[in-house]
Amino acid sequence: MSDLIDDDASGVNAPEFTVTELSGAVKRLIEGEFSHVRIRGEVGRVSMPRSGHMYLDLKDDRSVISGVIWKGVAGRLATLPEEGMEVIATGRLTTFPGQSKYQIVIEDIKPAGAGALMAMLEKRKAALAAEGLFDATRKQELPYLPEVIGVVTSPSGAVIRDILHRLRDRFPRKVLIWPVAVQGTACAAEVANAIRGFNAMTTGGAMPRPDLIIVARGGGSIEDLWGFNEEVVVRAAAESEIPLISAVGHETDTTLIDYAADMRAPTPTAAAELAVPVRMELLGWLETQSARLTRALTQGVGQRGQRLRDLSRALPRADALLDGPRQRLDGWGERLPQALTRSVQLRRVRLSDTSGALRPAMLRRGLEADKRRLSATAPRLPTGLQRVVDARREALGRRADRLSIAPLKADLKRKSDDLLRLSLRLSDAGGRQIDNWSKQIEALERLRETLGYKATLQRGYAVVRGDGDVVTSKKSAAQAASLEIEFADGRLTLGGKPPRKKPKDTPEQGSLL
Amino acid sequence: MTEKAVSEMSFEEAMRELEQVVGQLERGDVPLEDSIALYTRGAELKKRCETKLKEAEEKVAAITLDAEGQPTGLKPVEGL
Repeated sequence: MSDLIDDDASGVNAPEFTVTELSGAVKRLIEGEFSHVRIRGEVGRVSMPRSGHMYLDLKDDRSVISGVIWKGVAGRLATLPEEGMEVIATGRLTTFPGQSKYQIVIEDIKPAGAGALMAMLEKRKAALAAEGLFDATRKQELPYLPEVIGVVTSPSGAVIRDILHRLRDRFPRKVLIWPVAVQGTACAAEVANAIRGFNAMTTGGAMPRPDLIIVARGGGSIEDLWGFNEEVVVRAAAESEIPLISAVGHETDTTLIDYAADMRAPTPTAAAELAVPVRMELLGWLETQSARLTRALTQGVGQRGQRLRDLSRALPRADALLDGPRQRLDGWGERLPQALTRSVQLRRVRLSDTSGALRPAMLRRGLEADKRRLSATAPRLPTGLQRVVDARREALGRRADRLSIAPLKADLKRKSDDLLRLSLRLSDAGGRQIDNWSKQIEALERLRETLGYKATLQRGYAVVRGDGDVVTSKKSAAQAASLEIEFADGRLTLGGKPPRKKPKDTPEQGSLL
Repeated sequence: MTEKAVSEMSFEEAMRELEQVVGQLERGDVPLEDSIALYTRGAELKKRCETKLKEAEEKVAAITLDAEGQPTGLKPVEGL
């Protein structure tokens, strides 16, 4: 441990520890000094892994101490610590040399007085209520006569016995017991699991799904009942699709599951009463109904029969019904012939009144009048016709008179004169035109004569042709076989015969030879 | 009248309708033919109620659970 020779730090003679030695010393010191302490503080973060041990922090406004509750201890606790809860914990301090940490191993932990617990409960209740878990609209109606009842409770004890007894008295039913711990740390989780488990069952499955759930527990301290205040239980109860009755504790105990349940029973026995009707009462009721049913029908038929009889009595005889009409028929029958006779007479009178005015003399008079009118008119017919013809003829005559030859002749004469005049003008114009053209021609001829070579001949020039063509040079003149000189008064041929007199084919042959 | 077959009715359903039928018949304002049909229906409903009331057998079983808390089976409970 200490080596004085190697100690090079002069003046320091404190012993030198290894880390483990020092940690061990600290551990002994702390565990010795704080082997049993009570500590008051607020619960901080809480965690509960599957191991079952519970880890939590205890704190006040300045410091924090880690704590652990071993599984065995946690199972025994009446109230599980929750975050925010003011508690008093009893335990011992221990250290973790491996991590340079210390913690308190809690052997007991309780809320710091009932006030702290209730304050916490109120807070949770308010929060869950705000979520609507306790709303009246969520409440389901209980079935009138459930076939299967699921009971979540401890399998042993007075509670289940009370429930079964009361059910047996009222209406024996099928009952499924889901055993749970009704206090301690496991309680809340088991109750919640049971409620969910019943809901998960299927109708007609291996286990019959209950149509009603009773969650029951006997009376106890607030700590004993605390599991039924746990959020997980409240939520499971609120979410249950199967109607649920809570019967936790005595009448005065109220836990949060009571608010979430569809119905709260003050005691387990009361829960059984709420669950089923009384069979004997129902049998009685059924008998009554059956009797009423029969009586109602009998009465209905009886009343109808009575009414039928009454009505048939009130119904008059058929003969009596016919009496009146028969009498009326007789009366009318008697009056019919008289009425007919009278009617014929009336018509006859009207006929004779009318026919009286209708006589031959009247007709004759009419005819004669017409005849006279005809003979008076007939003679006037030819003269009238003649008059019309005359008038027409006269009109024709008048029109024919106006149709005379003289105007036509005058017109013809006038038109002939016009024609003659125009002809004269045409021939004059024609003569004049011809004279003009003759003069122009003469002038043009004179011009032509002047410009032509003939006039030149008059002035002493001559045209020389050699062998028919005009010769303009001595050379060509010398070559020509004959020359022809043209003068103003005629032509003179010098040399051979004029070429035109040669037979046409000879020169050709000659040239060939 | 209700479509549901009487044989499928719960006790409560049969009970409600039976009350209705009796009430209707007692008022006496239904025609005769209908009242006979009502009576027949009523008799059927009564029979159904009777059957359900007779099914009053107690049967108690406890659920057995595995380590995970899941149900594994049923075990009859007696003597409670």
